[in-house]
Amino acid sequence: MLVFEKSRPGRGCSMLPACDVEIVLPKEKDKRELALHMPELSENELSRHYTELAKKSHGVNDGFYPLGSCTMKYNPKINEDMAALPGFTEVHPLQPAHTVQGCMEVMKETEEYLCEITGMDHMTFQPAAGAHGEFTGLLLIKAYHESRGDKKRTKIIVPDSAHGTNPASAVMAGYSVVSIPSGEDGCVDLEKLRAVAGDDIAGLMLTNPNTVGLFDKNILEITNIVHGCGGLCYYDGANLNAVMGTVRPGDMGFDVIHLNLHKTFSTPHGGGGPGSGPVGCKECLTEFLPSVLVEGEETLSFVKSEHSIGEMKSFYGNFLVVVRALTYLKTLGREGIPKASQNAVLNANYMMNKLKDLYTMAYDEVCMHEFVMSLSDLKKKTGVSAMDIAKGLLDNGIHPPTMYFPLIVDEALMVEPTETESRETLDEAIQVFRNLYEMAEKEAESLHAAPVTTPVTRLDEVGAARHPVLRYQFS
Amino acid sequence: MELREGLLYSKSHEWVKEEDGVAIIGLTDFAQSELGDLVFVNLPEEGDEVTVGEAFADVESVKAVSDVYSPVSGTVSEVNEELLDAPESINEAPYDAWFVKVTDITDKEELLTAEEYQAFVESEQE
Repeated sequence: MLVFEKSRPGRGCSMLPACDVEIVLPKEKDKRELALHMPELSENELSRHYTELAKKSHGVNDGFYPLGSCTMKYNPKINEDMAALPGFTEVHPLQPAHTVQGCMEVMKETEEYLCEITGMDHMTFQPAAGAHGEFTGLLLIKAYHESRGDKKRTKIIVPDSAHGTNPASAVMAGYSVVSIPSGEDGCVDLEKLRAVAGDDIAGLMLTNPNTVGLFDKNILEITNIVHGCGGLCYYDGANLNAVMGTVRPGDMGFDVIHLNLHKTFSTPHGGGGPGSGPVGCKECLTEFLPSVLVEGEETLSFVKSEHSIGEMKSFYGNFLVVVRALTYLKTLGREGIPKASQNAVLNANYMMNKLKDLYTMAYDEVCMHEFVMSLSDLKKKTGVSAMDIAKGLLDNGIHPPTMYFPLIVDEALMVEPTETESRETLDEAIQVFRNLYEMAEKEAESLHAAPVTTPVTRLDEVGAARHPVLRYQFS
Repeated sequence: MELREGLLYSKSHEWVKEEDGVAIIGLTDFAQSELGDLVFVNLPEEGDEVTVGEAFADVESVKAVSDVYSPVSGTVSEVNEELLDAPESINEAPYDAWFVKVTDITDKEELLTAEEYQAFVESEQE
């Protein structure tokens, strides 16, 4: 039941503080014509409503959440404690800079840490999430070429294993997309890359480790080929969780990157986030960044350079997310950061090796922080699809892995356990996967009907996509 | 898998019907069953140029978006706009749910007859 349906006229629980400024009412002609439709509920009803919604959902606080390429890692509670400090919450974005130097220092320090981890020279925290970061990064690439009077570069190379946001961002930035097929090994096909590398290429967008969970062994050659034709290299930070503190995108030859603080740096992810997709770049692109933090004699301030692409978001981006990420960085420290990545890789390989006698691995080799299975054979044999197995996981209290992605793997399930899961949790999940496989062979029908124990059972996704109901209809 | 006699087929699973220099193009029954329930179609506009082997439309299922490739080069003379509101018709009647009509055909890929296409699909399945 929606909160609007629970509403009854006259109920309420607002305890707004007394208004301490003069009340100004809009002119008659500016007054709203339609009813406002604010739900009216008492406090206990409202509290129960949200508790009920929380019980119906599944998050990292409820159980295992191995959603590949999304890094749904646990969000340490200390992050929340720090982000709730009044020095961070009781500030206003329009306050003079000299009165919020503490907040600026947080951004400066986080920038320094993240630049060290990624091998970049500068970073902006404005982008609100990953795709926004991609768009920002591409505008930097565009500004770079334009500043050199190089107008012939109209294309961005994107491998066919990329996240869908990559080509979408490239088109948003005014580029056309050249998709190159991956080789048999799931990595970039060097010959295909060489064939398209030319003076019309503005850059390459790449995720490394890639979306099949493999570190591209030819990475230096790849970035060399792109630089050789005059293009720049963009690093999609979606999978940084496999390599942080071990290898740096900057050293792989990337010129510009985005990170997802809500993936790799343990800030809330999904359910509204908000996210944060900082963009880092090498010195050659710095002059194009949105306003950057500059250290003055006594104070830090944001300064926009003459050639900046302009601001990508009002004020400072999702600042409190940055506070959480800094807390995470400081909690883990120089030793903890690489260790977290190593454990993420270990956990993924552990699960993969405990499952590969039953499930077909798309690429049967040592993986990074995630691995991809292809359920194509199982589907042919039993009729049970990746979707059915995913739904079966729900009945066992496990969030499904990423399904039907990457597109180059048929009937794909992409599992990313993350570093914080214990061996017991992994063993339980492995057992569930194995049980589901057995069920597929013996009682396929029951899996077609799954889930049956969740608050809502199998949803009509096709119906929802064909006839979407996008807003509540007030009677 | 349903086939219709009199149509020609491409290896990327489009069907073509040629009538007086006009090529009518759609998706095969095999393609629609592999893609699953379609929920969205993106079509070119009248007057757009299409090229052999290049995508001219895309179709979306709840799983993924897939390109539809043109078996001919030429100019789009008519677009089946009814598909935009009823993508399910591609699943229901793939050989009636045409996407575009193409005229001024300058190039054409080697197309298969119904029997040849059936053999091709079967060999792909193995």
